[in-house]
Amino acid sequence: MNTVAALAPRRFRPGFWTAVAVVLFLAFCTVTVIRFTKGLGAVTNLSDQFPWGLWIGFDLLCGVGLAAGAFTLTAVVHLFNLKKFEPIVRPTILTGFLGYAFVIVALLLDLGQPWRIWHAIVYWNPHSVMFEVAWCVMLYTTVLAVEFSPVVFEKFGFHAPARIIHRLITPLVILGVILSTLHQSSLGSLYLIVPSKLHPLWYSPMLPLHFYISAIGAGIGMVILESYLSGRAFRRHLEMDLLEPLARGMVVALGIYGLMRLQAIRRNHAFGSILEFGYEGQMFLLEFTLGVLLPVVLMSFKRLRTHPDWLVGSAFLAVLGFVMNRLNVSITGMEAASGTRYLPSGMEIIVSVGLVATGMAVFAFAVRMFPIFPDGPVTHRTESEEGA
Amino acid sequence: MGMGLLIDATRCIGCGACSSACKEQNKLPGKVEEVLTAYTWTTLQAREGLNVRRMCMHCEVPTCASVCPVAALTKTADGPVVYDAERCMGCRYCMMACPFEVPKYQWDRPVPVIGKCILCAGRIKEGKPTACAEACPAEATVFGKKEDLVWEARTRLRQKPGEYVNQIYGLTEAGGTSVMMISNVPFDKLGLKSNLPAEPPAMRTWQVLSNIPDFIGVWGVFLYGVHWITARRDDVAKVENHGNGQEGQS
Repeated sequence: MNTVAALAPRRFRPGFWTAVAVVLFLAFCTVTVIRFTKGLGAVTNLSDQFPWGLWIGFDLLCGVGLAAGAFTLTAVVHLFNLKKFEPIVRPTILTGFLGYAFVIVALLLDLGQPWRIWHAIVYWNPHSVMFEVAWCVMLYTTVLAVEFSPVVFEKFGFHAPARIIHRLITPLVILGVILSTLHQSSLGSLYLIVPSKLHPLWYSPMLPLHFYISAIGAGIGMVILESYLSGRAFRRHLEMDLLEPLARGMVVALGIYGLMRLQAIRRNHAFGSILEFGYEGQMFLLEFTLGVLLPVVLMSFKRLRTHPDWLVGSAFLAVLGFVMNRLNVSITGMEAASGTRYLPSGMEIIVSVGLVATGMAVFAFAVRMFPIFPDGPVTHRTESEEGA
Repeated sequence: MGMGLLIDATRCIGCGACSSACKEQNKLPGKVEEVLTAYTWTTLQAREGLNVRRMCMHCEVPTCASVCPVAALTKTADGPVVYDAERCMGCRYCMMACPFEVPKYQWDRPVPVIGKCILCAGRIKEGKPTACAEACPAEATVFGKKEDLVWEARTRLRQKPGEYVNQIYGLTEAGGTSVMMISNVPFDKLGLKSNLPAEPPAMRTWQVLSNIPDFIGVWGVFLYGVHWITARRDDVAKVENHGNGQEGQS
């Protein structure tokens, strides 16, 4: 029966979700082939009026943003010395690393000539935010890989390198936090250059800070969500004693962020465009209500914060609102000035969904292979350990 | 200050010689299109009874050059904003950022590059005018030193005040451009962006980017300081617990 297999996932057994992941991966490969033989125009709805679409708005902006849980939690554990969170650091670093890998693969598809990606290392233009983004992706992916490597070393019994990394963990984490701070904010800085194009509900000289703080909020939401998902998949109980204080952190981050957004809109004298209730106004209200107001209000009540369903639901809203915000900045807010409407093509969506599915499959594989969760690799668990 | 173009929309007869000459000079395939594309670097658009020339404005502080991560776009001393196709990796940030929406992409090619007017940089180096200016039979597009062109434009506006809108488009837009236009119809009605501030957009990002080295130092010291203080607090707590005959937690 199904439940038996789930209770004792000793061996990998392909099921429905494996099949879905395989199909999506194959579809992704097909689109990739068309894209590199026929050009970007054949697979995307991008145009001269709308040169950046879903792959930048979702894959790049959200992939990086949702990986923010990694730097937030490593800072909490190793710099703020709140050691009780240590058990959930590893899955967070893994998610961060996979998120960045996801971004790099998406960039390889989106760039017109991805085989020249190394040009950013050789030809410098420090005036370009994209130059900063390129360097942050490269360096922080490396830092995440090094932070995760002890898990792999331990698995194969190489204790010496694991010990060296353990000793260097403080400077490594500091480097990671600095790079993340720069990178998260730089994605907002990308849009500083388009004051005449981005709608005043989203444009602000404070965009880098908006992006940074909302990434922390949504990154924490991701940590909660991912604990829940892996808990479901591997029949682990939720670490409520850890997730409840994280939810408080999320409220603070989203609260500051929400306030800053409102201040920016006031400075732009753009409250009118919310009241007009046009396309942009509606999208803003949806994004702000679902992604900021609801999670902040709900998670302010201890009773809801300590209830797994409300906690996970609010974390989901925060992540959803985050994704909506990035899509609004990169697509909704840019449409009016471009004089055209952009909807991603089916093939663009296949690439994004296929990459997410692949990332989740790799995550599921990794937690079976390596000691990522506090109680060791999931395969070594027995039914008797199943608590509440 | 370099060279530039002065386009007088009131003089244009709409013959299209400029667009054709451009195609020939730069060996661009296909017919001249209504809008700018990777293969049509300049074109005429009929607006309000005028023929409006569209092309790269060749900004004094080009937004495209500031955003290009590999410095494939650069402003030369002669005036043109030129493009090095060998460097470009195709991020298309220039297309996103350009306030005049000029750079266009080869969406139909597996190995695409950006297409935009380069103000015949090669010809200018040889001391020749741009192909479009040379081809214009009505002196609607004239080539020259930018300061001379500004002088010429001011002269026309002063001598025939009734026949022109009192504005030189490109004098201040996005920090000023090497290509300028005068007309008898307000420029926003001609499809030209009229909301561009005189401060180059590049300054907005530079205010952030130029502070990064300083920020790294301060942030690094702060983060290490937090670690140092909290770790010490932990050590003190441990010692005190031992003093009380208790074991430190885990």
